[in-house]
Parts: sequence; structure tokens; C-alpha cells
Amino acid sequence: MSQSLAQKLIAKAAGRASVTTGEIVTCKVDMAMFHDSSGPRRLKPMLEDLGAEIWDKSRVVLVMDHYVPERDEASRKIVRIARDWAHDQKLPHVYDSQGICHVVVPQHGHIRPGMFCVGGDSHSPTGGAFGSYMFGIGSTEMLGVVVTGEIWLRVPQTMAMNWAGKLSTGVCAKDMMLAMIARFGMNGADYGAVEFTGEAVRALPMQERMTLCNMSAELGAQTGLVAPDQITREWLATTGVPASVLDEDWSMWQSDARSADTVHSFEADQLSPQLAAPHSPAHSVPIAAHANTRIDVAYIGACTGAKLEDLRFAAEVLRGGRIAAGVQLMVAPASLKDRAEAEGDGTMQVLLDAGATVLPSACGACAGYGDSFADGQTVISSTARNFKGRMGPPSTQVYLGSAYTVAASALRGRITDPREVMT
Amino acid sequence: MSDTAVWHKVWHFGNDVDTDALAPGAYMQHGIEVIAAHCLENLNPSFAANVRPGDVFVAGKNFGIGSSREQAAAALVHLGVRAVIAQSYGGLFFRNAFNLGLTLLTCAETPLLQQEDRIGIVIPGIFVTLSSGQQLPCEPVPDFLLQMAQAGGLLPNLRQRLATTRAKAHA
Repeated sequence: MSQSLAQKLIAKAAGRASVTTGEIVTCKVDMAMFHDSSGPRRLKPMLEDLGAEIWDKSRVVLVMDHYVPERDEASRKIVRIARDWAHDQKLPHVYDSQGICHVVVPQHGHIRPGMFCVGGDSHSPTGGAFGSYMFGIGSTEMLGVVVTGEIWLRVPQTMAMNWAGKLSTGVCAKDMMLAMIARFGMNGADYGAVEFTGEAVRALPMQERMTLCNMSAELGAQTGLVAPDQITREWLATTGVPASVLDEDWSMWQSDARSADTVHSFEADQLSPQLAAPHSPAHSVPIAAHANTRIDVAYIGACTGAKLEDLRFAAEVLRGGRIAAGVQLMVAPASLKDRAEAEGDGTMQVLLDAGATVLPSACGACAGYGDSFADGQTVISSTARNFKGRMGPPSTQVYLGSAYTVAASALRGRITDPREVMT
Repeated sequence: MSDTAVWHKVWHFGNDVDTDALAPGAYMQHGIEVIAAHCLENLNPSFAANVRPGDVFVAGKNFGIGSSREQAAAALVHLGVRAVIAQSYGGLFFRNAFNLGLTLLTCAETPLLQQEDRIGIVIPGIFVTLSSGQQLPCEPVPDFLLQMAQAGGLLPNLRQRLATTRAKAHA
């Protein structure tokens, strides 16, 4: 029976040879990730109420990223609950203030091809970039996972997004994603599995693949997937996974021919930088439609848009330049590891020389939990969501673009096609 | 929920009601009482103060898109919302709602409910009754989800499963 990559991963987790789209199966969870907001503060009281224990602590990863650094009594309390619980439970995998979960967890080798994973956050499909089935769930459902080690699933349809050709200079995965969201809408994937295929996807470095899978959430997909290959293997070699993992045969983690329910074709060569206007990622259009809109703030942040690759994109644009008067450029590297590498190769210095303010490696303004922008400000951001009222008062106007686009707009103080300032 | 005799007051919403509107981020550090008091304030400032237990929602496409925060569904449960009837849902919100005891019905013809102040809901069978007596069918929902929602969600379900396992272990 012809099976898609999504079906193969689900079948393995369900202990089956194959699965059929639409059937409901129960899967064993290889890894469960949660953070300070969705995790301990909600799980601890429910576990105590049930008198239950974590099914397998070695399969649980806790990341403090949403309420760090603590800024008030409420956030201090939330983070303290997470730290105390991690200590009491002797959790073996805890990353406190190291960066954003969707970047930190794979950077420490917790997500590998063939795994079935859940995360207590909507951007959990990021893990699909490694050929793992990973999706987001709420805290009560996470309670079910940590008590039983299992979760039910309706086997989704697979929607293949095939990108032919090669991306042009100044165009990246973020632009691909915004173009797909514009075409299908914010719920266009209908909770299916989206698999990114084609020459342009195969050419993407690992973190760019993570950006595609990350924003599958904005397509309404349950997960986003990229089949593992040599790029996956080389990247995982940097995460400290055992040599035996790198020697694994991953050839089965590919979709069989004609197994996708729908196939959609895109031409990478023809893609221009995209921009999502307020207040939805689905309001994406080629950047020319909004060129010269004045901005107050340029924000490079989040698991979506501040990984090492994104920081390097911004530096390519900003090298030797200086941001426009009256504009604030804020950069919150997605993880301490990415920040250290960007410091090592000179990327951070380029951003600082251009006038950037560097913020802590945490969810920051993207989560909308406190660091939000001011009334009436116009913001261009490399993050994933620009819902009304998410990153500031309802009057805040947030445009979404790539790190290239955010950097170019910071240089000019107006929304700018990065190709105009790149030589 | 075979409450054919009950006519639920309807709150009308459009397309793309997102989780951040249901559970605003600025209040996410607080408990559900505080979040619920600000539920949907950007769309309808009088909603939280005026909704009453047993009321239902009628909305368009993509209800609950966005974040995994289950407080989006928990706020509606806290305010006593009986059910949501929409054309489609964010997949994550769909799971969260049933896990917290909130029933979601998917009905392609919610525009026909635009003028209705009160509607009836019939489960099983799953249809919505208009004031004219007309009945609109909804998409089927797996039985285990309906039962879980009606029993209060996943937490009581887990409690029962653990009790059964423990009873067997002691037998």
C-alpha cells in the first residue's frame, strides 16, 4: 500500500504496518516537549490531583522560554514553579533561559528522523523538518501524554508542496511560507500533514527547513514535514547525538510515489519577497504592494525568524550600513547557541554596528505576553503571527516579512524590498 | 446533550476568531477567571459580562485558529458556553475544546443561523434546530469525543482510567 511520509511515521508509532487516511489510531510518543507557560504550572496541579506520575522522564523535555527573563511577580512565580518542579521531579532534560523551545530542543538532538513527538506549543510542527512527526497540543492533552505515553490521532491527508527551481538572492523560506499561506489561507491545510518537496526545498539548509515546518501552523496543518537527507545528517552531527544515530538508515522516511492526497506546484525562481499586512499571515502579497510604508520598529525575533540563518540574512543586508533615524531595530536571537555562533562569525557585530538592540533569547514580543509594542506603532517583524492585539494594542500595525526584508526596512525606515539594498 | 426542549441564546461571530482574541496574551499569566473576563473583548467588549451559562456561539470559518493555549477553550467553558457551531475550526483548538468539555459542532450552513436569536441542539444525531423548526445537520463527531466532552473532558476521563487500572492491580 502506497504510504506518505506522514502515514509511515504514524504507522510506526501506532505499531502498524500501514495506516489509512481518516482512521483514528493511538500512537506511542517518543518525545514530549513543553515550556514554562504550557507545562509545569498547568501539569503539576493536574498530576497531583490525579495522583499520577510521568510515564517516562527520559522522554520529556522542559524549556523555560515564554516568561524568561522574569519581569514581574506573576512571571517570577510561573518560572519558579517550572524550576522547582523540574528539580523535584529530577527531570533529566531541562533548558532554562537557553532560547526558544522549537530551536533549543532539536539543537540538543532530541528530535531525529522516524520519531513521533508532541509539543505543548502550536509551533511544534517545527520538529517535522527532521523527518519526525511532531505536532502541538494543549496542556490537558499533554497531561494525557505524560500520564499514558500515548495520544490518539486521526490519520491526516498529505498535502505536498512541491517547489521547483532555485530561490533568488534576498528570498528565503519565510517568503515561500507567506506565499503558501496567501494561496491556501490560514486554515487551508485543514489539519492535514504538509510535506515540502522539490529541488528548492532540498537545497535549503536545516534552519530554513525549520522555518517552513514552523509556519505550517499558520497553514492550519497538524504537522509540516521535510524528508531527511544528507543535510539533516550533517546538522544532527552538530547536536551531540550518538554516532549510532548518524549511521541509521533513513531511506524509509520518504513518501512513496503518488502517495500525497494533493500536490501543489510552485516556482522558486519566480518568488519575490513577500509581506503579510496587518492583521493576518494570510494577508501576504509581493512586497511591492506595501513598499515605502513608514515603520517605527523592525523586529527580528522568534523561533520563526531569529535563528542563526536569519541573523546572517539580516547581516548580509546591514553590513556597513546604519539603520534610519527614528527607527528601532530589535534582535532577539532564537537560542544562546545561535547567538554564540553569530558572535563567533561576526554576524552579531554587524547587527550592533548597524544600530541594533540585542534582546534576550526568549519568545519575547512574539508571544505577546508582555514585551508588546506601543499604541499606534507600525512594526515590521520576522515572527509568525500578526493577529490584531497579539504583539501590542489593537492599534499596533504589524507586518510580517523575512529577516532580509526586516533588515532592509530598518535601513530605510520604510518597507523595502531587500533586493534594492543587496549588491 | 439531547436538549431539544432547551433554546440556547446565540452569540454571533464571523470568520477567523483566533485564540489570541479568546484568551488575550496580556492576561495569560493569570488564572482562567481573569482570562475569561477579557475573552473576546477586542471583538465584542460586552460579551464576557453578558454571556450566560447555556448560551451558544455561531461563527463562520476557522474558529480558534492560532495558538495551542487551551485557555481559549477553557475561557468559554468557564463562562458556561454550551457549544460552538462553526463552519470549520483550528485543529488544535478542536482537540483542546473536547479535552476541556466543550462540544464543537461543524455545520456548513451557519449563514442560515445568522438571524436566529435562539437555537436548539440535538445530540446524538447532531443537528441544530432553528426557530422555524427547520433542522440543519452537522458533521459527525467520533463518539469517544462526544462522550468525553459530555463527561467534562480528558481530566475526568483519565481519573476514571487510572481508577480502573488501580482496581485491577488490587484485584
